[in-house]
Amino acid sequence: MVAKRIIPCLDVKNGKVVKGINFEGIKDVGDPVQMGIKYSEDGADELVYLDINASKEERKTFVELVEKIALGINIPFTVGGGISSLDDASRMLDAGADKISINSAAIARPELISEIASKYGSQFVVCAIDGICVEKQWLATTHGGSRMTDVEVFKWAYEAQERGAGEILFTSMNHDGTRNGYACDVYAKFADILSIPVIASGGAGTLDHIVEVLTEGRADAALAASVFHYGQIAIPELKRALLSRNINVRI
Amino acid sequence: MIAIIDYNSGNLRSVKNALDRLGAKYILTADPSEIKSADHVILPGVGAAGFAMENLNAKGLVPVIKALRLPVLGICIGMQIMCKDSEEGNVKCMDIFDTHIRKFPVDENAKVPHMGWNSILNMDGKLFKDVPAASYMYFIHSYYPELCSDTIATCRHGKVMFSAALKYENFYGTQFHPEKSGSVGELVLKNFLAL
Repeated sequence: MVAKRIIPCLDVKNGKVVKGINFEGIKDVGDPVQMGIKYSEDGADELVYLDINASKEERKTFVELVEKIALGINIPFTVGGGISSLDDASRMLDAGADKISINSAAIARPELISEIASKYGSQFVVCAIDGICVEKQWLATTHGGSRMTDVEVFKWAYEAQERGAGEILFTSMNHDGTRNGYACDVYAKFADILSIPVIASGGAGTLDHIVEVLTEGRADAALAASVFHYGQIAIPELKRALLSRNINVRI
Repeated sequence: MIAIIDYNSGNLRSVKNALDRLGAKYILTADPSEIKSADHVILPGVGAAGFAMENLNAKGLVPVIKALRLPVLGICIGMQIMCKDSEEGNVKCMDIFDTHIRKFPVDENAKVPHMGWNSILNMDGKLFKDVPAASYMYFIHSYYPELCSDTIATCRHGKVMFSAALKYENFYGTQFHPEKSGSVGELVLKNFLAL
């Protein structure tokens, strides 16, 4: 059977990997290519690189960086952040990305999912959703969590799947940066509704949190950033712990 | 010199990058004389079988490839079009490997496309020299090659056991992507280049 995946996420600004707590207080941590190589050697199954540059000028340098990442690492990787057209997606494919993730632009114009999927295949399109729970309702946010929408996340994820998304990457903004565990009940609900894989993001603090989201949460993959970047969780140890609990992972 | 066959079938960059990481020399070509004079030939491929066969036929490369006596490696669609035929568009393929390409059945416990890391078993021969048993490789596909006498590695997805790799004389094929399969994938590529 297909193994559950462990995915370090690298936020990139001005050519460097950074990690903000709830996207504030951004701090420098390292070189994107070197960190990617290190993670792939440690046993990461996939990598996600998010461009958190604000301006179009800065984004040009991100495409060059994607080319270097593609040359440097020998596992699949997804790139996201600021992809808002078929042309943007094509540039990332040409630069060597295996998948792209789209978020705000897909909420603004859901057809974008179908356009990219019909040209490059569903396996190329990850629909990222940043959800927040407000009065017991899960709603999507855009622009890195800074803008609220009235889009209900479960309905939206299903629509994204029907439009051709190959995977859903759901981040709970209520859990992101807390290190108190993932929103397991939310992922279990996605697993009931969707037939495509779901990547869980937001809240990883311990090995047990990752075990929980892959078992109770029935997520196909667990994504985390700071616990990996700062060494709280080492991937080889994490993989052994998952295997010892009968979770199918690649060692 | 390695010849990567350039037949407009999707993105060749990941294969090029993998060969660059190994320090191997290659050319991208659709020229029969360059292909025949290479030491190794790689037939990559992304996309649909019908489209890939059309492009190969348009370039007149099918008889050129079938006549090669040097090591040839087909990857993913590149391997599928080396089989007899494919259910993807009911396409007649090159008929090098003695098997058929089928669509994965609907199975709620085995999502289609088969995407991600899966372990391969029953590895046989030089392509898998020093590759540990049950190694995980990276797959992305909705159609699979059936088991046959040319099978040199197997993989299971849901209820289906399929050929993860095939060999017939000097022709090799992998359903997985060695260029995206970490260090074990690199080992498979190195083993191929050592043939």
